Amino acid sequence: MDLLIIFISAAVVNNFVLIYFLGICPFLGVSNKTEKAFSMGLATTFVMVLAALVTWLINNLILIPFNLPFLQYVSFIIVIASLVQFVEMFIRKTSSTLYRALGIFLPLITTNCAILGLALLAALREYNFIQSVVFGFAAGVGFTLALLIMAGIREELEMAPIPEPFKGAPITLIIAGLLALAFMGFAGLIAG
Amino acid sequence: MAGNPVKRNLSYEFLKGLWDESPIFRQLLGMCPTLAVTTTAINALSMGLATSFVLVCSATIVSFIRKLIPNQVRIASYIVVIATFVTIADLFLKGNFPDISKALGPFVPLIVVNCLILGRAEVFASRHDPFPAFVDALGMGFGFSIALTVLGTVREILGSGTIFGFLNFEPWVIMILPGGAFITLGLLIGLMNMIKERTK
Repeated sequence: MDLLIIFISAAVVNNFVLIYFLGICPFLGVSNKTEKAFSMGLATTFVMVLAALVTWLINNLILIPFNLPFLQYVSFIIVIASLVQFVEMFIRKTSSTLYRALGIFLPLITTNCAILGLALLAALREYNFIQSVVFGFAAGVGFTLALLIMAGIREELEMAPIPEPFKGAPITLIIAGLLALAFMGFAGLIAG
Repeated sequence: MAGNPVKRNLSYEFLKGLWDESPIFRQLLGMCPTLAVTTTAINALSMGLATSFVLVCSATIVSFIRKLIPNQVRIASYIVVIATFVTIADLFLKGNFPDISKALGPFVPLIVVNCLILGRAEVFASRHDPFPAFVDALGMGFGFSIALTVLGTVREILGSGTIFGFLNFEPWVIMILPGGAFITLGLLIGLMNMIKERTK
């Protein structure tokens, strides 16, 4: 029950992109085609689950026992960067289909603030191991969901008569604002 | 500066961050903190200053050590330099301004992955001498802070109606909610494009 609440909260109610503003760069950058958006969402979810898992271990087995919380940012970001590198090498060796689908998006994930934000939030809320992994998965699902909705709208928008100065980034941001308003509707779904 | 194709003077390097290459309005870099912490002008300004501090320090250091870093591990090295300065900024805020540190929450540590800082390190600081890199970072930081403060001021006036005592209207709650952040920024960028079009 507890896990279900964490899942729904991170995926929908407190959507990482639309409510917490994490991962806005890929959200604006790769949300112009649904296929691309889906691959990006998949790759990010994958890294998010791994990052939640590994940063939990580092935080609770190394940083806290040795009283080094000030090294949190440096160690988390190194872990995430090397994790992304490792995942890229692993996928390239094992599955060339998956590598072709995700390939170019993988390096971009290092600077996706949603990953570091996820690690920091999980540490801040003192989730246990299982909760952290569920939280990571839910955040990935929420990210993919937001990206897919946005990509769907933007594909429709290509034909729309938009005033010249508002083409591109401005109209995307305004739509994101309306989407964020729509997601606010989930706010009463669960307490906390 | 031998490898630099276009030699520009220092005042240009400083001023381009304010309008021509404004990090937020033109390049759309560093969007996450831009949208998240601009609910009030003071939060926005603190975030801008903290980011500028990290930007200036890390750009200068990166420029000093640029010849020592092997090309393959440069991004990782930059991130370690940046993360170190972010830790310093975070501890400073926690120690001296606990209220602001609390209001900014996880967005202080998230300066590490602000693409503006990594972008300047990669595009400018790693190819220029320390002093031009310092000036460029200062200009970019200044432009970032101004853009953040503008956004914060607009949202504070419309969303809470508090910035001047004599404002007297029903505040639009939407402006301080997440949706308002996206919409305000979208409208501001549209406005900038319109001004640019007119003055061409």
